[in-house]
Amino acid sequence: MSAAPHDEQEKFWQAAAGGQLMLGRCIDTGKPFFYPRDHSPFTGGPADTITASGRGTVYAHSVAYRAKEPYCIAYVQLEEGPIVMSNILADDLSGLEAIRIGDSVTLVFEADASGRMTPFFRRLTTG
Amino acid sequence: MSLKGKAYIVGAYEHPTRKAVDRSVAQLHADVALGALKDAGLSLSDVDGYFCAGDIPGWSAPGIGPFGIAEYLGLNLRHLDTTESWGSAYINHVAHAVDAIAAGKCRVALITLAGRPRAEAERPDAAHGKRYDSPEYDFEAPYRPVVTNVYGMVAHRHMYEHGTTSEQLAWIKVAASHHAQHNPHAMLRDVVTVEDVVNSPVIASPLHRLDCCVVSDGGGALVVVHPDIARSLNRPLITPIGAGFHLRQLNGGYFDILKSGGVRSGAEAFQQAGVTPSDIQYASLYDSFTITVLVQLENLGFCEDGKGGRFVQDGGLISGVGKLPVNTDGGGLCNNHPANRGGMTKVIEAVRQLRGEAHPAVQVANCQLALAHGTGGQLGGRHGASTLILERE
Repeated sequence: MSAAPHDEQEKFWQAAAGGQLMLGRCIDTGKPFFYPRDHSPFTGGPADTITASGRGTVYAHSVAYRAKEPYCIAYVQLEEGPIVMSNILADDLSGLEAIRIGDSVTLVFEADASGRMTPFFRRLTTG
Repeated sequence: MSLKGKAYIVGAYEHPTRKAVDRSVAQLHADVALGALKDAGLSLSDVDGYFCAGDIPGWSAPGIGPFGIAEYLGLNLRHLDTTESWGSAYINHVAHAVDAIAAGKCRVALITLAGRPRAEAERPDAAHGKRYDSPEYDFEAPYRPVVTNVYGMVAHRHMYEHGTTSEQLAWIKVAASHHAQHNPHAMLRDVVTVEDVVNSPVIASPLHRLDCCVVSDGGGALVVVHPDIARSLNRPLITPIGAGFHLRQLNGGYFDILKSGGVRSGAEAFQQAGVTPSDIQYASLYDSFTITVLVQLENLGFCEDGKGGRFVQDGGLISGVGKLPVNTDGGGLCNNHPANRGGMTKVIEAVRQLRGEAHPAVQVANCQLALAHGTGGQLGGRHGASTLILERE
């Protein structure tokens, strides 16, 4: 049921198809933001884009058990600053249940339900 | 400046149904409108201002939206306010009605809410309707944020930062069940224990089934009037004295998930009212989930940040037992959650307490100052928070 991307969002999905997570950046302040848009939500001034490193930490998460297959929704705090919504992927339920706030995660791209390449995260093995 | 005396709530009515198989949404709106007007001693023909939100039939359809329900009810209006902030809308509407009355825009304001998600077997997360034109949609929908898991994220973060436990959250449900046992209309009237809550299935970690509110049909209505009219009626004089609203946004990805809009809506309302949280004798707090109450208690200043768990445990919210009686009708956790929007019933129970019309087992003695607060939208995402402080004269 995903709608066609808004025009200003098209380049985000083109970048995603190429394996990159695009962030907006406020030209006036240099501050990155998410989701990208043509103006800065901080100043109303112009914005450009940067590519995220793909490194981040789990800010908050929840495993949904009522779905056909349990999944983990999360807010991931990117190294660049913004907190973004995503899923933390794992190979099985015990992997999902092992996720903790503060865990380091890394960006991966997989097709979503509609087949579009979409940014997700996976937990980096912690000691 | 305090709102005191600018307008009065003279009518309040809660629909007794919890499953409205044989009544349409429009009929439910009519039921509650007539019920609240009868409570006030007024009639439909007295109404000249109407306040409604996205639960009205036809809201999202292209075309007449609010005009349809106003015509159906038979209202002759010179003021219409359709401010939509989901579950908190009706708390906003009271404040807006006071402003409209003070500005001379209307003299008798009617506010209605109704819905039948249970009869329609509608999923709570579907209640917000078509969203996919909204600019954030494509960046979030792929990750399946249903209502429960977004609140689950808030609860996990609170546990992480403050050491809050599932048992502490469970006390919020326990308190609601202690109150609901006295409410003959409540969906869930059995008293539950902390163990019942934490042993119920996990829906979205760390929230259990009994951390979640009910899905119910029903509705409610309020009548707010000019002081001259209020004094002509034989009803207790309940006046809003402070109100606040804040829209909590995600701000480009920079937000604190534990700081709801209540931080600012509450501060604004308390400042306007000229009172402090310790003055409040009764509080209605939106309880979509147990965690919602915990965060709101902290954000409104009833306890320090991070101390919510200790505040609610051991019956802290049970009338006659704890420090602050909360949701003495059983709240959304046990009583009802009509149209998946909790703000209306929050105001109604606060009015009951101030009138001395709550159930005797939960009535706060000589209740003169009460608060109603709601979070419309999602606590862990964007939401509109509304705070209302009411006084009995």
